[in-house]
Amino acid sequence: MKKLDRNQMAARVARDIPEGSYVNLGIGLPTLVADHLPKGREIILHSENGVLGIGPKPPAGLEDEDLINAGKEPVTLLAGGAYFHHADSFGMIRGRHLDFAVLGAFQVAVNGDLANWHTGGADAIPAVGGAMDLATGAKKVLVMMEHLTKKGESKIVERCTYPLTGARCVNRIYTDLAVIDVKPDGLHVVEVVDGLSFEELQRLSGVPLKRMLTAA
Amino acid sequence: MIDKFFASTEAALADIRDGATIMIGGFGGAGMAVALIDALIAQGARALTIVNNNAGNCDTGLAALIAAKRVRKILCSFPRQADSWHFDKAYRAGELELELVPQGTLAERIRAAGAGIGAFYTPTAFGTDLAKGKETRRIDGRDYVLEYPIHADYALIKAERADRWGNLVYRKTARNFAPIMAAAAKCTVVQVRETVDLGALDPEAIVTPGIFVNRIVKVGSSLRQAA
Repeated sequence: MKKLDRNQMAARVARDIPEGSYVNLGIGLPTLVADHLPKGREIILHSENGVLGIGPKPPAGLEDEDLINAGKEPVTLLAGGAYFHHADSFGMIRGRHLDFAVLGAFQVAVNGDLANWHTGGADAIPAVGGAMDLATGAKKVLVMMEHLTKKGESKIVERCTYPLTGARCVNRIYTDLAVIDVKPDGLHVVEVVDGLSFEELQRLSGVPLKRMLTAA
Repeated sequence: MIDKFFASTEAALADIRDGATIMIGGFGGAGMAVALIDALIAQGARALTIVNNNAGNCDTGLAALIAAKRVRKILCSFPRQADSWHFDKAYRAGELELELVPQGTLAERIRAAGAGIGAFYTPTAFGTDLAKGKETRRIDGRDYVLEYPIHADYALIKAERADRWGNLVYRKTARNFAPIMAAAAKCTVVQVRETVDLGALDPEAIVTPGIFVNRIVKVGSSLRQAA
């Protein structure tokens, strides 16, 4: 089997984002999706800290400390971009104006529960940022994560053991092994990577998976 | 004649007392009123409750205020970062209390305070640990959590330009929490890069009208800014 690397995963997510979408890319792995959006498709990127129309990274030496994304990295603004304050920014999120939020995850449950903000460890300092708002507010929540933990345990689980970010909020999961839709009747496998059988994916995942009848 | 310009940051913060609740604008470093925070450290007020998205980065601004042990409690959404060492140390030592609030709920609670709203229902955090013990309600088939406004004694914010009536415009993503904090605090103090004559700001483009602003101090900018 040939696992997807981080850039291949990002490219796979990017392929599914249609022209005209308003999209928020979470901190970390999801940020990579911006680099793979198909050229010629107009897709407007939102960031929690009050910006629509994020452009590429600025060249070295041209960073502007007043122009950053939610990950506090320097960005640029496309022609047509706009700035607004935080309450408006989260009004856009909570008010169901964003078409997609792409989020990282520790765990996703069969029912679409998402855990991505806190390990719950006694000595861990919790930090939530905008994760709960995005999980609850975006029209579609796409999760992007490695299929297995470093110990080889499935991150797709029957029930999240980490504290929840949102209940029943995930629509689709992109991993380095598969693309899986979360539906009311369970998990539907849309795609698997080359050389991986449905049965092997089922074994690795440890939760019931359904075969999708038609390819996406 | 209305004149909200103050000669110095010291003068603008002279009346802050121990135990005050202070909103500090900024998202990370963007929009953080560092000159006002430096003046607050020098001013000496203690046991402060701070409202900010983060809990300080590196060694300046809010991080320096925490390092100086002036903060009793902090309300924020994202305290833990690679460079939040002053907060991490104080939190682990039990020196300050943390109220963790989802970022959109933080923004809306601040907005609600400025807009005279008594409480509001938000879907964010329903079914999570951050909604534990809170009132919930199902409205039209969707579940919501009841949240209350956050009021403050002071807001310390940064803007790009101001006139003497207190009308403000900001610069890029440095705007973030400043407009809603300006409305939520009893006394809003603004650090600005440039002061202009009345009428110089385009009335169609004023972001924060002067009614929300009390004191303005002109401070030069040290930020690296692209054209």
